[in-house]
Amino acid sequence: MNTLLKKLTEIHGVSGNEDSVREIIIEEVKPFCDTLRIDKMGNLIAFKKGTGKDRKRIMLGAHMDEVGFMVKSIDDNGALKFMTAGSIDRRVLIGKRVLVGKDRIPGAIAYKAVHNQKGEYDVLPKVEQLSIDIGFSDKKEAEKAVSVGDYVIFDTEYEERGDILKGKAFDDRFGCYAIIEIMKSKHKHDIYGAFFVQEEVGLRGSSASTYSIKPDYAIVLEGTSAADMPHEKDEADFPQMQKGVVVTISDRTFFANKEFLAFVIKTAKENKIKMQFKQPMIGGTDAGMIHKTKTGVKTMVFAVPSRYIHSPVCYASMSDLESMIELAKKTINNIK
Amino acid sequence: MKQLIRALTEIIGPSSHEELVADYIEKALKKNKKLEIKRDVMGNLIARRKGSGKKIMLAAHMDEIGFMVKHIDKNGYLRFAVVGGIFNHNIIENHVKFTNNVEGVIGIEPKSFNWKEIPSGEKMFIDIGAKSKAEAEKLVSIGSLAGMKATFVDMGKRISTKTLDDRIGCAMLIELALQEIKGNNDIYFVFTTQEEVGLRGAKTSAFGISPDFAVAIDVTDTGDVPESHIMEVSLGKGPAIKVMDSGMVVRKPVIDFMKETAEKNKIPYQLEILTAGSTDAMAIQTNRDGVLAGVVSIPTRYIHSQAEMCDMDDVENGIKLIKAMIETDLKKKGF
Repeated sequence: MNTLLKKLTEIHGVSGNEDSVREIIIEEVKPFCDTLRIDKMGNLIAFKKGTGKDRKRIMLGAHMDEVGFMVKSIDDNGALKFMTAGSIDRRVLIGKRVLVGKDRIPGAIAYKAVHNQKGEYDVLPKVEQLSIDIGFSDKKEAEKAVSVGDYVIFDTEYEERGDILKGKAFDDRFGCYAIIEIMKSKHKHDIYGAFFVQEEVGLRGSSASTYSIKPDYAIVLEGTSAADMPHEKDEADFPQMQKGVVVTISDRTFFANKEFLAFVIKTAKENKIKMQFKQPMIGGTDAGMIHKTKTGVKTMVFAVPSRYIHSPVCYASMSDLESMIELAKKTINNIK
Repeated sequence: MKQLIRALTEIIGPSSHEELVADYIEKALKKNKKLEIKRDVMGNLIARRKGSGKKIMLAAHMDEIGFMVKHIDKNGYLRFAVVGGIFNHNIIENHVKFTNNVEGVIGIEPKSFNWKEIPSGEKMFIDIGAKSKAEAEKLVSIGSLAGMKATFVDMGKRISTKTLDDRIGCAMLIELALQEIKGNNDIYFVFTTQEEVGLRGAKTSAFGISPDFAVAIDVTDTGDVPESHIMEVSLGKGPAIKVMDSGMVVRKPVIDFMKETAEKNKIPYQLEILTAGSTDAMAIQTNRDGVLAGVVSIPTRYIHSQAEMCDMDDVENGIKLIKAMIETDLKKKGF
């Protein structure tokens, strides 16, 4: 069992509430970096000076936050009304186990039982019609345990079965994990491990860090959606689990710097690292903000393909995560 | 001028792949030995006419809307994602051209075709004449970019073709950069990238230049075709001075300066209020601690199609207006 991955993916860290994730990362990277600082947005920046002479500034970025919920109000029956933080398909919600607040009080996302419905099976309830039940029947009692503004996460245990990993928040604790691993080894260039806040609610953390770091190159390390589901027609079905690290050509927020992209593809080929592309023009990451900070930054996105991201259960492959770490290491050390 | 516009519009340069346009422009600009030319990380082409006065940034974007390959099927058809604001109803069964000169046709799944509604891009494909996946893979790959292919129609005063948005602005900037400009303003002619996907190149180039005054030169919609939405802009009545669009409100000192300059030089102009869309000036205006920025727009019909149309008088008058502005001593204006 990879205990660091277990810790990182099980901890709560909905956008705006990344403190517990940050504490774990600090504990892990402290022995391997020269300085650590937390900026005004709450981003964590770990700096490791390079061993070489002509050193470039390379920023490795990953976001600490995950999608989740926030308690909006507590009704008279002690049920918690909530809102989503980040994009979550509401069709995955009903009946799922959750943990509420920093005390991680177990609960479930509730909707009236099938017996109490009248011909509603085909209608998808709105988030406002759902509530979180933590086992109280009275507002006053519930208020002793939780309060408005408490964050809520999916209650998912991390598990491994050979190469396959199961858990929540693979987007983007995989990136956090990868940076920690990369910072353990020596590099010729100056490395800034940047752990961002609030990616899931609009790429809000990363530009502040990029502004102060002024990197020559940036690599964003991510968990991305795998598309290896059954397809009805002959259409794009990549990236796929266990087919290697995913490299972005373009998404809704960003086009990879062409020279940097060519360099990365060459590096992957030369080092026989399994690599695949992300489907163009879909999704977005912190790279969208990073690449256009100040006068522009040469930026790439590497990701681990994960099935069912932004849901209570994701599946991914350890070998893909290792490919991502390997490609990042080789890329940063091949930069002249 | 028409020849220059025609040459520029024929180049394929979808957002993120503006090199072919940039190479052409750079070659043209080299005729003026006094210009300092460079490109930045985002691919913006920046030509500086050095001066001791105020810093002026003139911006026109090089990129165009287009298509990116995301899948090659077993029969060699390409599925694509759109880049920028493509209107699906005018791309079906039209020609496209890739940056490597491969050409194709946009087809639609016959089963999905319904005259009554505008189909989604998911139902379309690009046919490059390949008979198999292997054959197609020799010509394009995942990530390959194409733009629309169109003919250049010369109607005398008026011209119609693809990508007048914003090669018309590029042509005007080239023309200005090659002219003798009086005064000592420090002028940056900036040919920006990735405007159509979110004004990205303008943001980084404006940060690098940190101008005292900036003007974007771009196209704007008109209200002069039958049953138009209400818009007080017509072809041939002069370049439009932007008052407002959905991304920016131009500050009064800028509008006043543009109007005064036009009136003083007897250049016809129109005032533009655009309810949908914006330009590089939006990204420039909010850069750093704020920039006085405005837009000189060329009235254009059928924007984002293969048949955009503008009037050459507006182009010529637009050049005159910008020239008069950049020859003004902006220190005296308090810019």
